[in-house]
Amino acid sequence: MITLTDFLVVSAALFCIGLYMTVSKRNAIQILIGIELILNAAILNLVAYGKYDKVNNSGQIFALFAIVLAAATTAVALAIILNVYRRYKTIDPNDINKLKD
Amino acid sequence: MTLVRVLFYFLSFIAIASALYAASSKNLVRSIFVFFVTLFSLAGLYVLALADFVAVTQVVIYVGGILVLILFAFMLSGKETLNVLQKQEGKFFSMKKLPAILLAAVFFIVLTNVLFKADADNLPWVRDAISFKNEISPKDIMIDNIGVNLMTRYLLPFEAISILLLVALVGAAHLSRKEGKA
Repeated sequence: MITLTDFLVVSAALFCIGLYMTVSKRNAIQILIGIELILNAAILNLVAYGKYDKVNNSGQIFALFAIVLAAATTAVALAIILNVYRRYKTIDPNDINKLKD
Repeated sequence: MTLVRVLFYFLSFIAIASALYAASSKNLVRSIFVFFVTLFSLAGLYVLALADFVAVTQVVIYVGGILVLILFAFMLSGKETLNVLQKQEGKFFSMKKLPAILLAAVFFIVLTNVLFKADADNLPWVRDAISFKNEISPKDIMIDNIGVNLMTRYLLPFEAISILLLVALVGAAHLSRKEGKA
């Protein structure tokens, strides 16, 4: 059988890849993908622990909530990215350094 | 080595390898499409963790919703985004990436250390769950239980999520409207 530690190690690896993407990428959409990877690592943790809760299903239900929240986050973040693109004609976070006025 | 273990190693290898490729790829479109593969293999891992409903939700919402949304945003932002990407240096390994790689590697070492020290399989509540038969076995069907729990025990977070989704909907529509006509 697969142990809990196996899942946790996979999730740690995914989290670190997401962290690398978030820190190093120069494109807002790729940073967003990195954040999604981190969220998915967290969801994998929730699901792996949720296996040991048959009556209340807390792990699985909060994994569902996390997936829905990730969808809402992505929608708002993409709207912001589109707005930023319209104003600056770039989505490189290094170049976005002016306020509205 | 049982079939389940083989499947687990296979799926987690695909997930981590495709995530690494998405992180290292210079091409944005390729990185988005490889992220599809990561999400699908993660759904497979959820099935192996005996959470089939979460796996189906993952496929429907992430693969069907979020990725299509990201692709749309990419297409709407025009070809300037691609030009920005093409301007980056073509070297595989550059000095500028070194701090980020170092940060991620050190964080991974710390995390795995913590995981092996914590020894999650022998946590008291996990052992209690196994001894009280509170562990999900592969033959159980959990979907009806999830539905009942969602409408009784977790009703408050469920409603809070619904409000939050409404707020996000209005916010996204407000943010992406045309300037000046407001």
